Amino acid sequence: MSGDHHDHLHTHDDHAPVGATEPRPEYARLERAVRELLIAKGVLTAEDIRKQIELMDSRTPAMGAKIVARAWVDPAFKARLMANAKAAADEMGVDTSNSATVVALENTPERHHVVVCTLCSCYPKAILGVPPAWYKSSAYRARTVKEPRKVLAEFGTSLPEGTEIRVVDSTADMRYLVVPMRPAGTEGWSEDRLAALVGRDSMIGTALADTPKN
Amino acid sequence: MSFAPGTRVTVRNDWPEAKGVKVHIRTPHFVRGKTGRIETLIGEFGDPEFLAIGRKDAPKRALYMVVFDRADLFPGTNAHNETMTADLYENWLEAAP
Repeated sequence: MSGDHHDHLHTHDDHAPVGATEPRPEYARLERAVRELLIAKGVLTAEDIRKQIELMDSRTPAMGAKIVARAWVDPAFKARLMANAKAAADEMGVDTSNSATVVALENTPERHHVVVCTLCSCYPKAILGVPPAWYKSSAYRARTVKEPRKVLAEFGTSLPEGTEIRVVDSTADMRYLVVPMRPAGTEGWSEDRLAALVGRDSMIGTALADTPKN
Repeated sequence: MSFAPGTRVTVRNDWPEAKGVKVHIRTPHFVRGKTGRIETLIGEFGDPEFLAIGRKDAPKRALYMVVFDRADLFPGTNAHNETMTADLYENWLEAAP
């Protein structure tokens, strides 16, 4: 394709990068049309939609942090989390009944997982809430698969050469939750104190858990 | 057909999007025609290529987590000790020679 874009504009360039962060106006119109039709036909009420949005907005990464902290202190819980993350989340009072299957990925000194959805923006919303805008950006989605170490470095995350970086693409029915490594110097800490070290990005894999400040 | 963990598989080098019909394909472009290995059988799920267009007769298909060496996906990039997984339905996978 020509590098000169001044001669003519392609309004329908099939090769244009997908996934602009701003919703395109035609999709906003489509969403409104479908929503109004669902309400008019009695499939959903406006109240149902409002409640769902409220429920979604009530979910925050703090729930994921509690789950990770419990896994750090309780090996039996961790085993259950790794075997069935939805059931383990339910144990912690997180309602995942409407969620796709959730799979926990444990970061270790040998292997660091970082999650991306190259096709759209699949994310463990039931546990972490709404994904950050950058997670949905075409730049994150494209670059994480092409140059993950560089992307991680831009997030301030540098890993030893000997650590395998595994990019996990959520292409289908799984939602992935990263369990970061427990930081050194936290021996004997309570779950609440530990949970405060578990940031959202550490559960996506773009960051590590925070280290304790003395 | 089912694949055991560790089996080398090649992703079908197929481009239904290019055939001019509306389709919903959840096999990323960058893994098509590439060879990886089965990490695990995730389970059986309705085929999204049917579900996305509202078809109630979506067949259940085995879904596998497939691991690729990133250097195989993007030759020429510096991908030492980097792997990548994608979750792929059985109908996109063939046993690698």
